[in-house]
Order: sequence, then structure tokens, then C-alpha cells
Amino acid sequence: MLSYSIKRLALAIPTLLILIVVSFVLMYAAPGGPFTSERELPPEVLANLNAKYGLDQPLWRQILTYIWGIVTEFDFGPSFIYKDRTVNEIIAQGFPVTLTYGLLSFVVAVVVGVTLGVVAAIRQNSVLDYFAVGISIGAQVLPNFVMAPILVLTFTLWLGWLPGGGWQGGQWEYLIMPVIALSTSFMASIARITRSSMLETLNMNHIRTARAKGLPERRVILRHALKPAMLPVISYLGPAFVGMITGSVVVDVYFSTGGIGKAFVDSALNRDYAVMMGVTILMGALTIFFNLVVDILYGWIDPKIRY
Amino acid sequence: MVHDTQRMDAIAERMAEDEVAGRSLWADARSRFVKNKAAMFGLFLLIFVVLFALFGSHLAQWSNEELDYNVMGVVAQEGGPSMANGHYFGVDELGRDLFARTVQGTQVSLAVGFVGALVAVVVGTIYGATAGYVGGRVDQIMMRMVDILMAIPYMFVLILILVMYGRSMIALFVGLGLISWLEMSRIVRGQTLSLKNREFIEAARATGVSGVTIIRRHIVPNLLGVIAVYATLLVPLMILTESFISFLGLGVQEPLTSLGALISEGAGTIAYGTIWQLGFPLLFFCLTLFGFFFVGDGLRDALDPKDR
Repeated sequence: MLSYSIKRLALAIPTLLILIVVSFVLMYAAPGGPFTSERELPPEVLANLNAKYGLDQPLWRQILTYIWGIVTEFDFGPSFIYKDRTVNEIIAQGFPVTLTYGLLSFVVAVVVGVTLGVVAAIRQNSVLDYFAVGISIGAQVLPNFVMAPILVLTFTLWLGWLPGGGWQGGQWEYLIMPVIALSTSFMASIARITRSSMLETLNMNHIRTARAKGLPERRVILRHALKPAMLPVISYLGPAFVGMITGSVVVDVYFSTGGIGKAFVDSALNRDYAVMMGVTILMGALTIFFNLVVDILYGWIDPKIRY
Repeated sequence: MVHDTQRMDAIAERMAEDEVAGRSLWADARSRFVKNKAAMFGLFLLIFVVLFALFGSHLAQWSNEELDYNVMGVVAQEGGPSMANGHYFGVDELGRDLFARTVQGTQVSLAVGFVGALVAVVVGTIYGATAGYVGGRVDQIMMRMVDILMAIPYMFVLILILVMYGRSMIALFVGLGLISWLEMSRIVRGQTLSLKNREFIEAARATGVSGVTIIRRHIVPNLLGVIAVYATLLVPLMILTESFISFLGLGVQEPLTSLGALISEGAGTIAYGTIWQLGFPLLFFCLTLFGFFFVGDGLRDALDPKDR
């Protein structure tokens, strides 16, 4: 178990390094520097700017300095566009917002999805089952950027129940639509995976034994069926997490929640490479860390996995 | 003996008469697919969308770039869908015909989906089959690389590429191509591993067929079913990815448009009551995705019946 975890960790660190190096090289090789604009800068000014941001150094030294800054001080350097702000400040401003509704969406997707899937499997071919299957098919074509305008149209413009955007320190009425928009398609996928894996589990021998020895159905489901049935769901959590991190960009832009995604898109439109790279690397680190946790969790639940 | 020969002839004749046309794997799969209602429904949706993308521009009364000055400025009141002025789907906020724009957007989205899937099929198959067939340390290294690439949140890197190298169709194709083959290579590798120890591969190797030829002639043809299923399911994923980027305003640039960009425009203007600007692109987006998902699921059931 321990050696397995260490092995996974040993793979996670090079992954992160490769991500940093690749995005850095991409930026370095891009046509036009970060200070290219319609107004041609005098060569002396450009040289000074490049010296200030360390862009006159050879590529390998720039990369090493950058990685060293991240590793030792968690410092992503200064923004190329906003002269008085560092990437860290920009990230620190948006990150708590993204984290709040992101975690909430994740919990909602998992809890509602698993519940729906389990109930649908237990009551196979009932109205409830068809309802769950219908939702999970429909939600395939309702990703966050489709859900968001539909929700605003319904709840803000027609019904007038909820505000169409904003954050206000995370009051609940500002949270509802972002969470629904972000979690729906993942909730549906989790429900579908749970249902099919639960159906499979319920036909297994150990469930028949549990029923035969007279356990109440509730206990059979919760104690004996749920754990093996959760394995495919857990392996889906990694992709779901990536999807939600990515989806948060749409939520931030469409609902003006002020999260980190807005900073990313703004920096993309301004060609502020430093902020883009900072966000990309942070999100990459989160993803890699989360996948590590999922892998270890998976190994812990499924004793059949050999390390 | 004469008698026997006659009998043999008769038997041979009868056997020739009774011989039923052999059913290939593909014929079997086709009959299963045709019986699958959801898959056939999906196929009709797809045919409809493709016909719309190919021939829609002949039906349009306006081109996608003309501005209709009659409705400009009063889009919310006059710009709705109408047969009378030739704007079947209404106009967008600049007064351009939404029908022509939707046709164009559907074309771009389909093209993106097909190209992404094509790259995945070519690169993923070659990469996965090579890793699986060669095996050993090469396989380890090749698949570790895929693991590492898959752990990267590709959407951010894709946007990084698009911003740095200009938001053109080429950059989009390259960016999508870079990520689309990863999952495909894993699937192909897994299938290759299970194939490569079978007798017919062993026979080929024993007669001195080279590795490249074995992959090309004996392994890849046996994987076509899996590849077809996965490629079909990959097309909508590519369309989703492109639409996501276009929704953020970071995808293809005007005057080009895609369904995602149109949805984004429509979503930005719903507050003015011009709901058709969201509705029609969204409708075609959903039809396309539904079509591909249903057909993909149907193909999987048809080509891989052991699941049922």
C-alpha cells in the first residue's frame, strides 16, 4: 500500500514538471513577446522590460528560475499586463470563490448522482428508474455552458426568483445557479455509472448469500452492495474533477462570480501569459493531486489491486 | 462405383443449393444496428444535421455576412423568425441572418468534430498498436507518457495554444489533435495486447512476416470495430470541447463561427428578449450531440454484443 502510494507520487511530480516546462516552452516559442502591441515600443524600452521580467536570459535559466520560485516561495512571478500586481495576488483573489462553489458542486453531483443511481437500480424498470435514465441521457447534451443560459432564462428572466449573476460573499441565492449549472452533467454521468454498476453488483453471489441469510434489504444494499458498486464511480471522480475545474471557467464568466476562471479568460484575451501559466499550473497541480488521492482511495477500497 | 459417384454428385449439388450466403461479422452487426430504435433515430438526426450543414446555404435567402438594414436596431421587435422577410431563424443582434449563420456554425462544428476524431483514429491506432505489439519496456515508456499527458488539464493548455498561436482553424485542429488520440491509444493498446498472443498472429510471425505488416494486416483490421465505436463517441466530445472554447470567446474568430460561438452570442443577449438567438443554435447543437451519442451507443451494442 505504502509503496503503491509512493509510486503514484513518483509519477505525479514529473507530470507537474512536464506541465510547467511545456507551458513555458509554448510561451517562449509563441510569435511575438508579451509586450508586443499595436504601438511599437522603442528597442531600449523593450530591452529594459525584458531585463526586468528576466526574459533576456536563456530559456533553460528562465525555466529554472520559474520552477525555483514556485517550489521555494510558491511564487508565480509578476503579471505582464498589470504592472503593480503579481500572479499570486490575482489567483488569491479568485481562488476562494472558485473553491467554494466548486466543492459544493462536486458534493452535490456525487451525493445526488449516487443516490439517484442506487434508487434507480433497486427499483429497476420503475417510473423512478426511467426518470433517472432519462435525466442521464438528456444531461449528456447539457454541459455547463448550455445549462447556464437556460437557467438564467428560466429563473431570472421568466420567473424572477434568482439573481442572474454576482457573488455577494457567497450568499445562497447567488450560489444556486452556478452549482446547478456546474454539477448537472456530472451528476447525470455519476447516476448512470452507479446504476449500471449497482445492477451488476446486485446479481453477484455474495449479495445472494446476504439475502439468503435473512439480512434486511436495506442492510444488504448499504453494507454489502454499495462498496463494490462504488469502484467505477470512484474511477470516474478524476475525470469529473477535471471537468468541473474546466467548467468553473464558464461559470465565472457567465455568472460573474469573480472566480479564478474569469482571471484566466481575461488574461487569455489580454495575452497576459504569466497569469495564464500560473492558473494552468495551479489547476494542473490540483488535478494531479486529486488523481493521486483517487488512485490511493481506489487501491484501498479494492483489495484485488496489486501494488 | 458408378453408383457412388452419382450419389456424391447429388450430395455436392444439394450442398451447393442449400448453401446459405455466409454472414460476416459486419453484416451481423448491421442487422443488430438496424433493429436498435435509438440508434436508428440517432442516425436520422445525424443525416438531417449533415444535410442541413451541406445544403442549408442553398435554402437561405440571405448570406451569412449580409446585414439586413430593415431590422437593424429593432432586432428584438422585428428580427424574430419570419417566413415573410426570409429570416427563417430570425437575425442576430447585428442584423445578420441566423439561418445562414447556423448553417455555417454547424459546418464548422462538424468539421472540428470529424478532424479531431480522424487524428485520434490515425495517431491513436498507430501509437496504441505499436505500444501493445512491441510490449516490454517500450510499451511501459509509451504508456507512461500517455498517462502523464492525460493528467494535464488539457482545456487550459488548449486555450494557451490558441491564444499564443492565433485563434485560427489550423491552431484549433492542431490543439484538438494533440489531445484527442490519448484515450484512443489506450483502448487500442489494450485490445492489441489481447490479440497478439492469438494463434493467427503467432502463425504470421512464424512465417516471417515483419512486425509492421502484422500490425497493418492482422491487428488493425481486427480492431476496426472498437475504433469505429470510439471514434463515433469522440466526435461529440470534440464538438463539446470546441464549443466550450468558443463560448468563452476564445475559439474561431469572426466572420467564422461555430455552434458554441452562436450559443455564446445568444446567451449574451437573452436579456433583450431575443430568445431565438439562443434557441436555434442550441437546438442544432443538441441534435448533433444526441445523434452521435445514440449512433455511438448503437454501434457499441452492434459490434460488441457480449455486453448484452
